[in-house]
Amino acid sequence: MNLNMGPQHPATHGVLRVELELDGETVVKATPHVGYLHTGIEKTAESKLYYKVIPMTDRMDYLAPMSNNLGYCLAVEKLLGIEVPEKVEFARVCLTELTRVKSHLVWVGTHAMDIGALSMSLYGFRERESIIDVYEAVSGQRMMSTYFRIGGLAKELPDDFDRLVRKAVKDVRGGLVDYERLLNDNMIFRGRTINVAKISAEDAINFGLTGPILRGSGINYDIRKTNPYSGYEKFDFEVPLGRNGDVYDRFLVRCEEMKQSLRIVEQALDGMPEGPYRAHVPGVVLPPKEDVLSKMESLIFHFKIITEGFKPPRGAVYQAIEAPKGELGFYISSDGSTRPHRMRVRPPSFVNLSALPKLVEGGLVADVIAAIGSIDIVLGEVDR
Amino acid sequence: MEEKLRHFFESNFKDAVVREDFFRDQLSFYVRKEYLFDICEALLNDEALGFKFLSDICALDWLGDAEERDGRFEVVYNFFSLKHKYRFFVKVRLDGDKPEIDSITSLWQTANWLEREVYDLMGVMFTGHPDLRKIMTPDDLEGHPHRKDFPLTYEMPQFSHNKNEPPEVIK
Repeated sequence: MNLNMGPQHPATHGVLRVELELDGETVVKATPHVGYLHTGIEKTAESKLYYKVIPMTDRMDYLAPMSNNLGYCLAVEKLLGIEVPEKVEFARVCLTELTRVKSHLVWVGTHAMDIGALSMSLYGFRERESIIDVYEAVSGQRMMSTYFRIGGLAKELPDDFDRLVRKAVKDVRGGLVDYERLLNDNMIFRGRTINVAKISAEDAINFGLTGPILRGSGINYDIRKTNPYSGYEKFDFEVPLGRNGDVYDRFLVRCEEMKQSLRIVEQALDGMPEGPYRAHVPGVVLPPKEDVLSKMESLIFHFKIITEGFKPPRGAVYQAIEAPKGELGFYISSDGSTRPHRMRVRPPSFVNLSALPKLVEGGLVADVIAAIGSIDIVLGEVDR
Repeated sequence: MEEKLRHFFESNFKDAVVREDFFRDQLSFYVRKEYLFDICEALLNDEALGFKFLSDICALDWLGDAEERDGRFEVVYNFFSLKHKYRFFVKVRLDGDKPEIDSITSLWQTANWLEREVYDLMGVMFTGHPDLRKIMTPDDLEGHPHRKDFPLTYEMPQFSHNKNEPPEVIK
């Protein structure tokens, strides 16, 4: 029997269609179809100034906008060869780790809801709310923050930043205790996840999987540790690893990752240095808003950067970051003009989703839901 | 690590490398397209280097660029070594008329969808790919949107029925 799952199916987390060939209840063949949300962000970037690409990056992985901002800004900074002040690094690390927690909270809620624990979605979204409050305080936006800029941040951190973040950390810590009590030893949850959609370490590497799904198979690959960016080498944290590579191990890895992220957030808050919130690179990095309103040169630079842009040298750079879903890479090629010649996004969800047939073939139909949930896809990023 | 890679290419694929590029601490080798599959196979099987991980495949279009004249399309292969925590790039230049290159799906499963995406959006053919279908764009879209000469005004699959287009653009 042939069965079309999606594109309008609540458990596919967006417009994903999986064509399933069934023999009774067993999946013989699965063919995912993507592209329903293709918006051509990579192409659109070619006609925009470097600064004006940042808002589009939010819209790819809309559950983790700041990670996308960070990846893009780091790539352009690498292309330009500029360094950012230490305060910017700490603020970025603090916010992207909160973003990781935020993304994983949505994941734990929806994934558990898919496989029967309906109330989890309420709990996940409850704790996420206090992280969204931090987003709102720093950028004025609850979801599409667009808070990072090339060479710094959009504006100074708000006065009550410390208080809000600590409240968010406290809330999520409390929530995590609840989730573990609800799920870790839950017979139904364990039955639906243990030994489901297994993938071995060799296969995981061959399929190019990254993020929690790769670490769930026991491969220690976390770009924050292997190739630290944005000052991650200054923070003390551990990379949780799974053993079996099944859905349950990925769940444990993500839960432990949230705890580690909260540790990093606290370290970043404790060690937050004083200093400017943007690098001082005239003609490339936007001058601070206060200066634009009071100094002539800053006003001129601001005007020129916004209308004409800046010209990076010819060449191509690739910058990868450890986004909540895996390795998010930006390959930016410059031909020496004010617009990117080509911007390629290496989407973690897209590559991880390509392993779906491997995960579900031979299993039951009901396990397809668990497998899709455990990959943690966001179709906005798969299709871009 | 750069020296090891240079040695790898010099000892095994002396004729294959066209030139080498080092920009912002990133090493890239431009290779001839006939050698690509062999290079990938050798890289995958070289335990000492350990490039087991294919991160990404993407393609660039250099149409109309004054300085890049040796082939219109550039396919970029992005390799990562988990052992040495090192990343480098293999780049291949292809003609504009009939861009064609060997598929490496038989070596890395991850190349399957990545090559399909490059084929769909940039129109590079991958010979030997088991399932080279469109992946992103609708089936009734002709052409390859990431090419520089793709028309930007007319909407081929009718989503908005081109209500916002000037009348002379509508076919």
